[in-house]
Amino acid sequence: MTHNLIRKLLIIGLCSLFSAAATAQTFIFTAIPDEDETKLVERFRGIADYLSEELDADVKYIPVKSYAAAVSAFRNNQVQLAWFGGLSGVQARSLVPGSQAIAQGTEDQAFYVYFIAHESTGLDRQDSLPEDVRGKTFTFGSKGSTSGRLIPEYHIRETFGEAPEDVFSRVGYSGNHTRTLRLVESGTYEVGAMNFAVWEKELENGNIDTDAVKVIWKTPGFPNYQWSIRGDVDENYGEGFTGRVREALLSLDDPELLESFPRSDFIPASNDDYEPIRKVAKEIGIID
Amino acid sequence: MLSYPTVRTSLIFLAIALVGLLFADIAITANNPWRDLGNFFLGVLTPNFFSSEGLLTALLRTVAFAFVGVTVGGVCGFFLALVYRFLPVRVFCAFIRAIHELFWALIFLQFFGFHPLTGVLAIAIPYSGIFAKVYSEILEEADPEPGRLLPPGTGTIAAFLYTRIPDCWVQLRTYTAYRLECGLRSSAILGFVGLPTLGFYLETSFSQGMYSDAGAMLILFYVLIATIPLWVRPKLLPVYIVGAPFFLGDGLPIVWGNVERFFTEDIVPSPLRDGEGLAGLLPWLNELMIEQALPGIWNTVVLTQIALVATGILTLLAFPLISNHFGGPIRRTSGHIFLVIARSTPEYILAYILLQLWGPSMLPAVVALALHNGGIIGHLIGRQTNTIRLRSDAPKGFNRYSWELVPRIYRSFLAFLFYRWEIIMRETAILGILGIYTLGFYVDSAIQSIRFDQAMVLILITAMLNIGVDILGRYIRRKLALQTMPTC
Repeated sequence: MTHNLIRKLLIIGLCSLFSAAATAQTFIFTAIPDEDETKLVERFRGIADYLSEELDADVKYIPVKSYAAAVSAFRNNQVQLAWFGGLSGVQARSLVPGSQAIAQGTEDQAFYVYFIAHESTGLDRQDSLPEDVRGKTFTFGSKGSTSGRLIPEYHIRETFGEAPEDVFSRVGYSGNHTRTLRLVESGTYEVGAMNFAVWEKELENGNIDTDAVKVIWKTPGFPNYQWSIRGDVDENYGEGFTGRVREALLSLDDPELLESFPRSDFIPASNDDYEPIRKVAKEIGIID
Repeated sequence: MLSYPTVRTSLIFLAIALVGLLFADIAITANNPWRDLGNFFLGVLTPNFFSSEGLLTALLRTVAFAFVGVTVGGVCGFFLALVYRFLPVRVFCAFIRAIHELFWALIFLQFFGFHPLTGVLAIAIPYSGIFAKVYSEILEEADPEPGRLLPPGTGTIAAFLYTRIPDCWVQLRTYTAYRLECGLRSSAILGFVGLPTLGFYLETSFSQGMYSDAGAMLILFYVLIATIPLWVRPKLLPVYIVGAPFFLGDGLPIVWGNVERFFTEDIVPSPLRDGEGLAGLLPWLNELMIEQALPGIWNTVVLTQIALVATGILTLLAFPLISNHFGGPIRRTSGHIFLVIARSTPEYILAYILLQLWGPSMLPAVVALALHNGGIIGHLIGRQTNTIRLRSDAPKGFNRYSWELVPRIYRSFLAFLFYRWEIIMRETAILGILGIYTLGFYVDSAIQSIRFDQAMVLILITAMLNIGVDILGRYIRRKLALQTMPTC
């Protein structure tokens, strides 16, 4: 009797382990972890609720711990939609045939990187990357970030003609933009590069000690974040699903949700918009 | 004194570590490390147990992954132990245990994604290799005499079950229980790469400086480990083992096509994938070796040697804390608490905390490795000194320490230290994920740029390095005639 019960439980256990939650047709999305996770979870749960309503489908957000994990989940069809940065979007779409960029923020057409410095460096704002950053300690954001890695590295190489490791006395990867801000603000690193939108939002919310850290250079603009969707969602979620997701994102006008990104609104995007990012990434050798 | 081989060996290792220090990157780069450290301890003293709705679920998942992983690993390891005398089995086991749980998790994440199987296999695979080795060592030491007394014609299985197992049952049980504790630690840190265990929330709260939340999680984790004897009861074990798979969570469904793709495309070196053939493979390997593998190996070895010696020094300083030969019950109790905390905190979490507080360099890693491993060995050595009986007129204080106790425990101290050499190196490599430039840094970078072919080569190199150190460690232990029981 007990044996039978244990056997049954075991079988159920194994089955549930392997077949997993075949929660048929939940539409799942993720986002690159570019900021403090608490904020991301709050923001994207809001998006999930909004999309559930608009699409009349079960929509779920899952948080991930790295940019690569977001790309892999998209590639493996464990998520069907993702809020990527420029670089992670290029990487992800090149791995998933038929996938496309469907929407970006107005601000993402021309996005900027701020180089920031701790007050102890004595550096001031300039029109180009100051030569004096040489020899300082420097932190990127995540290794796979566009505004935290790709674009700053590109400009460092342009300015100095050398790899970042040769320009700075110490090079680190903070993990995300909020961390970069905190690390430079506290002086753990003397110089850092981060997403301008995160800076502006934190500044507005009064979360930056402007006596300790300041912007020393703003890069020229480049295309950045976008919503990318897999090519096979129409097949799996019904004809025209991609179009409906795009419509829902473009018509998002909840000021609180938009503010949390922060974006003024979402506009259409295409894969070609990100060609400059692909070229730069290839030039630096981040993608093959 | 120099005529003692143990002393000579110790001095050689000390010298290597000192030379390593010249090349190592040791610094506190944070501007105000003590304020941060203070904030952290304040957080531990003012824990917030209600921060995250997911905290209890995370704790449950941590336990569930540990149970399923250790059970699967234990069963597989036991069967492997029965055939451990065959060289291919030994090589296979050495290989799977040379790759750290976190590396396994990073590999499985690429094709199973956030499915519970990722976490289960990440624990079960390396643990199978470890169980196989230790179980076979235990079984080998079983007294052969009872087996010889059996009547002819007794079946092999019956003979095994009735003569070998009873003789080493206690040791098997003790070791398995110890591994379960390790499993809880492994399970917790898997959260750092995205599995739904404690590390997931710990990373979140730490990286955002929410020390009270992080403090609460650490306290819950210590309580979980310290109360193992209370809640892990032989009679309850079947319930846990059968029940655990139900509490792993759903994760996301596996898409089997991804598995095939991973093995037939992703990990194939890119020159071969692009049809450049062997002519392209050599330059590719060459570049990988020079730019990533060699700097990674160098930093891993330097950090390992420094951490090994630091562990040794800390052990020698720490064991008197719990030894009956010094101090009163109050000091011993606080000593016990210190050592329990030091050894229950996974070194990955310790290193993560210290890196956040002191800024990036090898220093946080050295301190973390020394604290964790010194905590483990210090505990074992301290307990061992309690079995030593000194003459009633034995010297007191420092003389007792240096002339009576240290010489008596020095051989087993070295044995434990060399036993953990390989473990320290495995951990050193993995700490690279946190940003110290050891092999793990390059593995993580390759994965972050979706170059699994490079990541796999680097992981293989890491495994080879571990196997090499394991062999060297065993050679030295044999040369010095040091013996360890497989309890550490």
